[in-house]
Amino acid sequence: MSGMTTRQALRIARRPVRGLVAGLLMVVFLTPFYLMLRNALMDTKGLTSPHWTWWPSTMHWGNFTALFSDPTLHMGQALGNSLLIAGITAPVSTLLASAAGYALARIPVPGRGVVLALVVATLMIPGSVTFVPTFVVVGSLGGINTLWGIIAPGLFNPFAVLLFRNFYLQFPSEIEEAGRLDGLGWFGLYRRIALPSSGAMLASLGALSFIDSWNAFLWPLVVGQDPSAWTAQIALSTFLTSQTINLPGLFAGAVVTVTPLVVMFLIAQRYIVEGIATSGLKG
Amino acid sequence: MSTASPTRPGGLPSPPGRPANKAAEARRPRADRRAWGAFALLAGPMLIGLGVFKYVAIGWSFLLSLSEARGTIALGHWVGLANYQTLLSAAAFRDSLLQILLFTLFIVPVTFAGSLGLALLVHRIRRGRAVLRTAFLIPAAVSYVAASLLWKMCLFNGLPSGIANMIGSWFGMSAVPWIQSTHPPLYWIVLVTMRLWLQVGFYMVLFLAGLQGIPRDVYEAAALDGATGLRLLRRITLPMLRNTSVAVLMLQFIAAFQAFDEFYNLFSSGLSGTGTAPVQTPLVYLYNTAMGDQDYGLGSAGAFVLTALIVGVTLIQGRITGFGRNEG
Repeated sequence: MSGMTTRQALRIARRPVRGLVAGLLMVVFLTPFYLMLRNALMDTKGLTSPHWTWWPSTMHWGNFTALFSDPTLHMGQALGNSLLIAGITAPVSTLLASAAGYALARIPVPGRGVVLALVVATLMIPGSVTFVPTFVVVGSLGGINTLWGIIAPGLFNPFAVLLFRNFYLQFPSEIEEAGRLDGLGWFGLYRRIALPSSGAMLASLGALSFIDSWNAFLWPLVVGQDPSAWTAQIALSTFLTSQTINLPGLFAGAVVTVTPLVVMFLIAQRYIVEGIATSGLKG
Repeated sequence: MSTASPTRPGGLPSPPGRPANKAAEARRPRADRRAWGAFALLAGPMLIGLGVFKYVAIGWSFLLSLSEARGTIALGHWVGLANYQTLLSAAAFRDSLLQILLFTLFIVPVTFAGSLGLALLVHRIRRGRAVLRTAFLIPAAVSYVAASLLWKMCLFNGLPSGIANMIGSWFGMSAVPWIQSTHPPLYWIVLVTMRLWLQVGFYMVLFLAGLQGIPRDVYEAAALDGATGLRLLRRITLPMLRNTSVAVLMLQFIAAFQAFDEFYNLFSSGLSGTGTAPVQTPLVYLYNTAMGDQDYGLGSAGAFVLTALIVGVTLIQGRITGFGRNEG
């Protein structure tokens, strides 16, 4: 009896402790965002001063305009490149994977098992390590210092193919049967019935693909050496590793490259969480 | 183009009047030419892409790894296994393997425990759960480049105004150059905290999905038997999260072994490149070999050695955990 009550007492006491721990951790996790924004609006003197300022008394918005007017940084063009690259990669890679996943799940052709095995085999190859082989192929096709050279290898995601295949295997065949009665062929069934029902999957995997593409570093570094092909990450990295240290400018650069994704993250959070859960657990 | 019309055997779209009886045939799907046409149309682009960027790339690169290829990606100057010998006898490469092993041994358990802990915490909190989850997950939107910038120039800045040094000064410690300190190697703290911040929310979401998959009545039955707190965690929660844990460990291992971004951005400088970095990962070594020295033969050999290592460890891990699954 007394054991029961102490246990209950413990449980009740644990609740506010848990809340407190969670609250503190939340502050720790969000602190870097606050620091980034604060630093981007300060001047060098304030940043290097040993006296702590919570928020700049005068906001130095000039840090942002200087970022875009500095001709050596190419920040404007780099942001445009990133937007174009991620904006093409996300929808195209997801659609290609969906179409291939449907074909592998539904269309009965001899040798489908072999094709599936060939797709699965490419899953074994770790992504970043093979930048040399990919560079060799993209280089021979003339893709060095071009945006398509950065985009092309990222359009073919075997893992997404498998996720879509699993999805379409579980798709109720009665609906397709009805479509067939209406005179649809395989392509029509995909285009008119399967694809429109895959909205959530397309959004989830598309959002994840956009994030990966926007934040990619090694491959754009390998292929896009010329400033005309820089992505936002490459421009920021060049700024960070350059000899002139301009602290407020660096933080302004970080804000500019991080903000688009944070905004997208907040808008599409539901799909992103779903995407992580599906892709992680089936993998 | 009317995308919905079935294609004729010749592959051309059929005229609008005809689909009715064609559809009747298609009702019993056979491996006919129309199925082939649709298969090629839907899966073709993906298969061609994978063929070029995976199979051709790997094949070509394998041949390059057997050739002397400096400043060229042309084949022809065969040298057998010389590149592999050069690579494996290079102290810098072997050292980078050791460093990445250390890094993996550090980061994988820390991230695993951190993400599991966060998931258990968030799972049990009812009010404000969505806000908490967002707060822990949102660092996943930040790139390694931006995070490196924050960690190097703000949190672990060597100046007294750096955040870590400022907190240290409250306890009477003097300012430390975190990234440049090799004795003791303080840069590990910078590396581990950064990757933890960036990744822990991602794996937390995986664990949360796993936790939601555990049926409530399992807990209720155990509670009737008098199990509480830690015993519930050990006897029920952790075993039920087995598959998730295996997946998380594999993903973390593969990600850690390919670490590049933060090592490049924290340690390299415009003048010396990564030459003065206290620690090089295999990928940084490969980058310098293939992109810096333009030795594509040696770079290809490195890509194969690393791929073999990753595939090998993943297979072993899969086999061990696969056996475990049969037992229970």
